[in-house]
Amino acid sequence: MSTTLPLPETTERPNYLNVDYSWKSWLFTTDHKRIALLYLFSITAFFLVGAVFAGLMRLNLLFPDGLFEHDTYNKFFTMHGVIMVFFFLVPSIPATLGNFLLPIMIGARDLAFPRINLLSWYIYIAGGVFAVLAIVKGGVDTGWTFYAPFSTTYSNTHVILAAIGVFISGFSSILTGLNFIVTVHKMRAPGMTWSRLPLFVWAHYATSLIQVLGTPVVAITIVLLMLERILHAGIFDPNLGGDPVLFQHLFWFYSHPAVYIMILPGMGVVSEIIACYSRKGIFGYGFVAFSSVAIAVLGFMVWGHHLFVAGQSMYASMVFSFISFLVAVPSAIKVFNWTATMYKGSITFDTPMLYALGFIGLFTIGGLTGLFLATMAIDVHLTDTYFVIAHFHYVMVGGMVLAFLGGIHFWFPKMTGRLYPEMWARLAAAIIFVGFNLTFFPQFILGYLGMPRRYATYAQEFQVLHVLSTAGASILGVGYLLPLIYLTWAWRKGERSPQNPWQAKGLEWEQSPTPPPTFNFDVPPVVTERPYNYSEEVEVGGY
Amino acid sequence: MFPAAASTAAPQVDALYVYLVLLSVVMTTLIFIAIGFFAYKYRRRSPDDPMPRAIHGSIPIELTWSVIPFLFMLVMFAWGTKLYFENYTPPRNTLDIYVVGKQWMWKVQYPDGQREINELHVPTGRPVKLTLASEDVIHSFYIPAFRLKHDVVPGSYQTYWFQATEPGRYHLFCAEYCGTNHSRMIGWVDVMDPVSYQNWLAGGATGATMSQLGEKLFEKYGCVTCHVTNHNGPPLNNVFGHPVQLADGRTVLADEPFLRESILNPNAKVVKGYKPNVMPVYQGQIDEEGLLQLIVYIKSLSQTNPQAIP
Ligand code: HEC
Ligand SMILES: [Cu+2]
Ligand SMILES: [Cu+2]
Repeated sequence: MSTTLPLPETTERPNYLNVDYSWKSWLFTTDHKRIALLYLFSITAFFLVGAVFAGLMRLNLLFPDGLFEHDTYNKFFTMHGVIMVFFFLVPSIPATLGNFLLPIMIGARDLAFPRINLLSWYIYIAGGVFAVLAIVKGGVDTGWTFYAPFSTTYSNTHVILAAIGVFISGFSSILTGLNFIVTVHKMRAPGMTWSRLPLFVWAHYATSLIQVLGTPVVAITIVLLMLERILHAGIFDPNLGGDPVLFQHLFWFYSHPAVYIMILPGMGVVSEIIACYSRKGIFGYGFVAFSSVAIAVLGFMVWGHHLFVAGQSMYASMVFSFISFLVAVPSAIKVFNWTATMYKGSITFDTPMLYALGFIGLFTIGGLTGLFLATMAIDVHLTDTYFVIAHFHYVMVGGMVLAFLGGIHFWFPKMTGRLYPEMWARLAAAIIFVGFNLTFFPQFILGYLGMPRRYATYAQEFQVLHVLSTAGASILGVGYLLPLIYLTWAWRKGERSPQNPWQAKGLEWEQSPTPPPTFNFDVPPVVTERPYNYSEEVEVGGY
Repeated sequence: MFPAAASTAAPQVDALYVYLVLLSVVMTTLIFIAIGFFAYKYRRRSPDDPMPRAIHGSIPIELTWSVIPFLFMLVMFAWGTKLYFENYTPPRNTLDIYVVGKQWMWKVQYPDGQREINELHVPTGRPVKLTLASEDVIHSFYIPAFRLKHDVVPGSYQTYWFQATEPGRYHLFCAEYCGTNHSRMIGWVDVMDPVSYQNWLAGGATGATMSQLGEKLFEKYGCVTCHVTNHNGPPLNNVFGHPVQLADGRTVLADEPFLRESILNPNAKVVKGYKPNVMPVYQGQIDEEGLLQLIVYIKSLSQTNPQAIP
């Protein structure tokens, strides 16, 4: 009997993936690209867990009397929220695509602090372990918002475990932000001026500012919550002389800006995609770049719009309402500029572009319905109803998740060196779009009809809309599974990708091999032109 | 698309909502049409189509599409704020009802002595003011048919006022998550015409009014000793609705939150001419319903018609 050794699969040139296959080489890597993949796998796992909880909720809501025990349902929505917000959305694009691309896009070999980058992943995992522990030991039932005094005094579930999880994972977010800020300041390649930064980088820069300035506040809030729960410190519990509304101020001081952590990176992705598939530079580059920073700054001054019905002073509410309208302007500017970019472009509809267009549509609806909630008299009726649920899912799922998927497809060849099956990918994008709208659009109507959120059971008349929503969620579920399957397949068996399969602009496509070598470039990159210079114009004068 | 509308606020909130919906529809349609049109018109027909010419942007256009939407938003802001102030500022001469939220029920007390759980009876055509208190966690008092909601925050009094217009039976929900049976903390609002309401009131009286119950508690907790018998404390006649001079020089209006604090935590605001640490701290001693009865009693000691307290 003779055995033939299989031929080495290719004569692949060395890249960050094939340099070393050992476990150690992954768990101790300081390569930002490998860390990005570590994050990618971990957040995908958390996304699946969060999605299962969502599925169970939608199942329960098929019936006005529910299906599960009330306490069980309450744990479902809490775990869904905690996991999706803190363990998926916050790290989603920054820690994966941002980690992978930001250094390459500015022509750097790695992030400024590669070991801190690895540390941030371990911290994230440590936080995740506590969150999982909280689930395994029986769950938490406070809602992801942890409102006092319910969370501090009345809930008898694993609040502390979940709180520790959120607390710890916050530090991974801070470290990532810090790393990005320093990297953008210090490690740009020759010629990569601030006005030549890709909008993806601008968006991540703005996001990082929020991560660094906002996350410590939620960390402090959680510490106070734990002090109150364990030692009865008397900060939030009125029976001990505390103020329960103070908790809401502290919580939203972080968590409103955090919604921009959960959308700005997506806007960065969309800018890249729209430019590439329109073959044109972004219309109003300066405005799009600056609007990211404006959103980050203004985002810190609107938290009180969550407290219009909480007994906050009416004049304070008025100011918060006004600034909330202000912050809508830079978001609107982005939408208009993306649309204008397509004008006189040369447009193709590859999968990433489908996601980007879906993003614009759904984000527009998400953003406009945000104006409803900023309008105080309307918010009084709509807050804490399904309208709010629909609104922020249009932004977080319709926005961020679509941008994430669009980005993953766009840079999949870069990350893996393979192409994905285009037809399957378009099909999945379409299914996700339909499923998403069917899930969440009925919830706007439910909200105006007065259906409160976090209800395990509900009045008969809401059933039809709930059934529609659950039907949509099942379609959405299928839509999410498809990319999981074909991308996994494509990673192993997909056609090999050329260096720049989309003929895109940007250092990551033009000057870095695909997949990149460990230090990203074979030749030190130099930048000589404006970003998105599809028409190959020569730069004249200042830009 | 719209729930029943049964308060003076409801049609106004609906009108503003319609404005917002129309504006959003116009906006979304414009953007979708632009995207659809560009996507079709400027699609790449063959792989070797030439690269389009770059268009870098235009400051006048940027300003236009920033300013015009913002003007529409200013209308939303102004309209929404005005309506909010109206809907959250009770008028004078309201019919006062007292509500205590507690895991997981709404307890309602009427000054005349009726009590109900998870039911609220109100007449049409008269402003009604609810004083909301919570025995435990934060709840939120929500009547979709009135388009009004207000959180019920433990440790404080919140007010919720409305004027009902349409007789009928409407949902009452707890809108702030409050634990296990949050979704069962629901009830009904019965809006009745004034005559039926009077009949209902007459049928449900239990004997003692809230203020009589309060007077009993006033004796039970020994308030009467200091405040009436030995004058260790200030007399409570004509306190409610009037300014009170404090030992630290401030003057505050004696409204319901003030009375609440003066009873539960008397040393927080000490009346001028009296010493702190004389009156016992009643925090944790009196439940929310009893406290409301005491306050209604103290209110009844004010002869002059007290000024409306927002
Ligand atoms: C041991 C005597 C004492 C008892 C018992 C007592 N009080 Fe007082 N109370 C005082 C004194 C002294 C003050 C003034 C100092 C202060 O404001 O704390 C006062 C102040 C007040 C005030 C503020 C009056 C104002 O003019 O603004 C209210 C209201 C009040 N008490 C209600 C009550 C009620 C209700 C009870 C029973 C539950 C009660 N008190 C029991 C001594 C007492
Ligand atoms: Cu917010
Ligand atoms: Cu509740």
